[in-house]
Amino acid sequence: MQLFKERRVLTVSALTALVRGLLEENFEQVWVEGEISNLACPQSGHCYFTLKDAGAQIRCVMFRGAFRSLKFTPRDGMRILTRGRITLFEPRGEYQLVADYLEPQGIGGLQMAFIQLKEKLAKEGLFSELHKREIPKLPRRIGVVTSPTGAAIRDILTVLNRRFTNVELLISPVRVQGEGAAREIAGAIDDLNRVGNIDVMIVGRGGGSLEDLWAFNEEVVARAIHRSKIPVISAVGHETDFTIADFVADLRAATPSAAAELVVASKKELTAEVEALTHRLHVSQQRRLERSRALVTALSRAVTDPSRVLGHLAQRVDSLDARLVREAGLILDDASERIVTLTARLSRQTPALTLQRSSERLSNLSLRLDHAIARRLACAAESVGLATGTLNAVSPLATLSRGYSITRKLPARSVVTSSRQLAPGDRVELSFAAGSALCTVEQSHGESESLTAPPRSV
Amino acid sequence: MAVEKFETALKKLEDVVKKLEGGELSLEESLKAFEEGVKFSAFCSKKLNEAERRVETLIKQRDGSFVTKPFEEEE
Repeated sequence: MQLFKERRVLTVSALTALVRGLLEENFEQVWVEGEISNLACPQSGHCYFTLKDAGAQIRCVMFRGAFRSLKFTPRDGMRILTRGRITLFEPRGEYQLVADYLEPQGIGGLQMAFIQLKEKLAKEGLFSELHKREIPKLPRRIGVVTSPTGAAIRDILTVLNRRFTNVELLISPVRVQGEGAAREIAGAIDDLNRVGNIDVMIVGRGGGSLEDLWAFNEEVVARAIHRSKIPVISAVGHETDFTIADFVADLRAATPSAAAELVVASKKELTAEVEALTHRLHVSQQRRLERSRALVTALSRAVTDPSRVLGHLAQRVDSLDARLVREAGLILDDASERIVTLTARLSRQTPALTLQRSSERLSNLSLRLDHAIARRLACAAESVGLATGTLNAVSPLATLSRGYSITRKLPARSVVTSSRQLAPGDRVELSFAAGSALCTVEQSHGESESLTAPPRSV
Repeated sequence: MAVEKFETALKKLEDVVKKLEGGELSLEESLKAFEEGVKFSAFCSKKLNEAERRVETLIKQRDGSFVTKPFEEEE
């Protein structure tokens, strides 16, 4: 577009007005997305910020009315989508976007990096209370890691001048923003640890935008603080925003001034503390002595007046005496009762009784013995009579007395029951009921020729 | 009594006071504790009254050693 065909000299204002016109006509309503930074909301209620991406940035303003209607609070690092018009602010010759609408678009890159690192280090336990070292009350030598030209060191020195002065400050100068600042800060923390003899250190800088403070959100700094043997107080920027360094540090101060106040204890306060303790020391010692004195007094009083002690003792003796009598009586009652029962049991068990019972049993038993023997004898006599009768009945003597005789063949003297046992000439012996005879056989006959007589059993 | 640190002495002073106030000590022990307490108290006061003030800048040499020089504020 060729606006000026021939050379025409314009004033700055005229040119600016022209440009402004062009811009405002052609960009009445634009939608832009980007990341907020340098957000500032002064008393006026209007809100100023920069919208940027990797390659460019644009200044934005949101006036009070539009800003109030927002449902959320915009913060540095947020990715947002905004709608507005382009205008040109003539006094500064800057063009800007007047936003009338904002909505969040997830979060910005820096913010995201911050959240991720915070989570990672928290998981590793770098923020744990267990790691926090105690800040000394009266440090002699304080290390400071900050820019030697920044607001932070000025603020710290101001506090030092106002407060207790028994202190040495050792400043390890670093750049606190821009490329490589984080490395310098981490290196300085390590250096102070190597120098030694430093009681505590302050690491920080004055306030600024999220980008300005970024070095204190970097991992190298967090690791150096965590590594440090010397207790670290972080003091970064404004009161509100926390940095990763704040989480790792042993103590977080809202500002460098506050850090100085914390670390350079007021001489007045400490003096007061020592005085208070010294006072308590004397008072408690005084009390202790008074207690001892009181004890001595009480004891000596007890020594001069033994009757009270004796009275007590006498009373105790009396009461014990009474108890003794009572107890003894009880024991005696008990014993005599036992004696009575035992005597009764004993008399039931007397030997006279046993003797009587035994002799009764004895006479009883001898009686039974006599009876038994008599019965047994009668029984035996009867059996003998019976057996004698039976014996007589079968006795061969009885048979002989009826005229029979027994023939025995000599010399064997075997009884002869058949004529066939005998041959003529055999000698036999005949036994009778009374006496015997020796005979010689002349002849023997067979069975058929035997004497006919009814058979008799002998 | 070789105490080097102010807070160590302050802590010991506190402990002695608490012990004495606790009243568990024998007379002998309490006298000893009191004496110690007085020493700690004197030490703390002395430290508080030492006035010495230096502000220096740490400079790292090429060989890795350190030197310090007085810090000058840039106006």
